[in-house]
Amino acid sequence: MDNDDVALRNVTYRQFVELGHAPTVDDIAAATGATPDDVWSGWQRLHDDHALVLQSHTRELRMANPFSAVPTAYRVLADGRWWYANCAWDALGVCAALHVDGRIEASCADCGEPLTVHVQDERPDDESLLFHCVVPAVRWWDDIVFT
Amino acid sequence: MNLFRSEEHIGRWLGSRDPGVTISITKLSQLAHAWWGTRIAADWRPRTREQNQAILNGLGLTDAFWNLSATDPEP
Repeated sequence: MDNDDVALRNVTYRQFVELGHAPTVDDIAAATGATPDDVWSGWQRLHDDHALVLQSHTRELRMANPFSAVPTAYRVLADGRWWYANCAWDALGVCAALHVDGRIEASCADCGEPLTVHVQDERPDDESLLFHCVVPAVRWWDDIVFT
Repeated sequence: MNLFRSEEHIGRWLGSRDPGVTISITKLSQLAHAWWGTRIAADWRPRTREQNQAILNGLGLTDAFWNLSATDPEP
């Protein structure tokens, strides 16, 4: 990943946080002065480097981990906004990335019972909950959406 | 990468599938803050695989399941 792509990646993340949702190619083009095609080409390289994840069939973001560009079962209230996270790890990651306390709204993947987790000073208030991951680390990027 | 109410719920959800690993949400929060804490820093640079592995190992996540070898950096 060269310096230009790092800069593009960092602008993309900054815009995501400032906007409260995923920026578009045009948003980043306007922010950087690059052409939309140049932004898209850069995003494709960042996708290949696993620095962000693009949608399969549109010129849009799918993930800027820990943030999700699409609705998911993991909603996080943090820094005065609701965010979607890609998974349970990322839900806590939203608070971590923003360096704020937060509230996670999710559900038990088995029974569907709603789960509310308050995160304060980096600690969840309900310490009885468990996290399970079925995909070994070596295969996380085989299919990151499934992971 | 899901949350569950208990081990019983994990077992029922898995059914006949092979289990992965289970950690407490407290450990997960420690991992999340170590992993994602610099994600929106203005001077962010990609971490190496070794740096990522060190985060996992530093939290005691040292068994084969957490071995990043052969993966790309910065998942």
